[in-house]
Amino acid sequence: MFAVETEALGRIYKIKKTRKEPAHTLIALDNVNLKVNQGELFGLLGPNGAGKTTLIKVLTTLLGPSSGTARVNGLDVARQPEEIRRQINMVSGGETSGYGLLTVRENLWMFTQFYGIPSRQANERIMELLKIVGLEDRANTKSSNLSTGLRQKMNIVRGFMTDPTVLFLDEPTLGLDVGAARDVRRFVREWVSEDPRRTLLLTTHYMVEAEEMCDRVAIINQGKILACDTPQRLKESLSSEGVFSIQVSALDQSEFEELKQIPGFRQGTIKQIESGAELELVLADDSVLAGLIGFLAAKGSSIITLHKREATLEDVFISLVGKSMKDVENGAAD
Amino acid sequence: MALQTKVTRRSGPRLFFQTVIGRAYPRIIGTQRDLAWLFFDIFLPFLSMVAYVYIYRALKAPEEYIGFVVLGSAMTAYWLNILWAMSSQLYWEKETGNLALYIISPTSMMAILFGMASGGLFATTVRALVILVIGNWLFHVSYTVVSFWALFLVFVLTMAALYGLGMMLSSLFLLFNREAWHTANLLQAPVMLFSGFYFPVRVFGFWAAAAASIIPLTLGMDAIRQLVFPSGPLLGFLSVKVELIVLSILSVAFLFGAFYTLRLMERLAIRLGRITDRLG
Repeated sequence: MFAVETEALGRIYKIKKTRKEPAHTLIALDNVNLKVNQGELFGLLGPNGAGKTTLIKVLTTLLGPSSGTARVNGLDVARQPEEIRRQINMVSGGETSGYGLLTVRENLWMFTQFYGIPSRQANERIMELLKIVGLEDRANTKSSNLSTGLRQKMNIVRGFMTDPTVLFLDEPTLGLDVGAARDVRRFVREWVSEDPRRTLLLTTHYMVEAEEMCDRVAIINQGKILACDTPQRLKESLSSEGVFSIQVSALDQSEFEELKQIPGFRQGTIKQIESGAELELVLADDSVLAGLIGFLAAKGSSIITLHKREATLEDVFISLVGKSMKDVENGAAD
Repeated sequence: MALQTKVTRRSGPRLFFQTVIGRAYPRIIGTQRDLAWLFFDIFLPFLSMVAYVYIYRALKAPEEYIGFVVLGSAMTAYWLNILWAMSSQLYWEKETGNLALYIISPTSMMAILFGMASGGLFATTVRALVILVIGNWLFHVSYTVVSFWALFLVFVLTMAALYGLGMMLSSLFLLFNREAWHTANLLQAPVMLFSGFYFPVRVFGFWAAAAASIIPLTLGMDAIRQLVFPSGPLLGFLSVKVELIVLSILSVAFLFGAFYTLRLMERLAIRLGRITDRLG
């Protein structure tokens, strides 16, 4: 049995800007096929608007599928939502749940009551978890007085309070400083490894987070799963190709479009900087460099730095989508 | 870093009860922590109560009318609680992200609504009592209670029906979420007029008073007036007995209505994606 399993899952939204206008359709999930094993820490990596949150909402029974099926621990989200809710929990990045006039401890206690946890056990577990995330000295602080980062730590504690077998974390480290994000990642990994029945599905648009934490990663864009494997294997898929970071004295967007026509060019991005432009290129092999250098010379541009590097998940994303995640986000309507 | 504390989970009626207590808690504790209610829920309604008292005194209305105003002002707190803290509550819960967390929890949404209602009822009763005590002290209102048991029963049934209505409205407000604020505004002043908060509803005539009786406070206040003021029965709309029967029917109807509208709301929200609007 899989912890999460989807078959040809689709979700569309019908959106009307005004009442008089006819509704237009937005495809949020398109034929998603996914299998997450029990005990796995699984990442969904994609830009904002890719469909990650929609998928989480379907799996947490907040949203019905428009087509296909989705199962959590073998239970159908459309037919058995009550059974699923006993086994899951969810934390979203930047959420403002709870009540500002309650203290951290009281907010957490309140949510445990909705899961039927006896107060004494709940209070003991709250203090234990607050200690783990370094929030024990704020247990009696009103949540309205917490910074965004501390509030997110409280939310994360809420997710673990109920001992779910499948936990959904939607951008959990959003708003956390580097140290706090690192602590949370470490705790999450340990929590999953403690018990083989525990599964964690995490969405993120931070490549490092996906790479560092996840056993397997699915790359999602425009509602479609483009690739799914371990971070290592995904990167190795580019091993026959060369990944280069090149800084040049000058190159504008139209010249970069021309560069794409060089035989052996796979994918690439350009970023204008003060001293010229930075290129991140995936080339068929090292021999393509000769053509590239010639092209740059013809354009009057010189190479300032060039290095070949190991492929990252960002490169995998670029090779699949043709754009960096940032570029997709800038151009994507969320 | 294995967690040492193991947790067990209850289900069935104990889960329901725990949920009610859990959700009532913020309302109850809020009375103690956020003292803004002393100004907004005591001082401001108090000003309008004083205005009505002086209007009646200027018109040389019978002294019992002053009692009607004090009683009406206390009961107004319940209606305002229904409108602003109960009916629109699920809408605000959605905005803060709590609603999604309530829905994905294994508890029933009815328990959540009961929790909201009982917490609100407690907090509002504190406000109503303060208004009643100050009003009685300032304007020397005297009461002649015919039957304490009947009075208690009327109050309980009125509150059951009223908070049942509030629970039902909370789901409906969520379905029409963008209009929630305006709907609450729309229901505030007209209901306060037609429910006869400050005067016997009988003056409107039978059919208007009967239509106004869909708001449980109309019959509740009419019955209370009949039970605590000597001239109450003369000014009453229906007999207390009939009003008790109607209030019982309204209680059951609104509680069932709340149950079904909640189910409908949840189904529609899941189908249409209205529980959480953001797309990701």
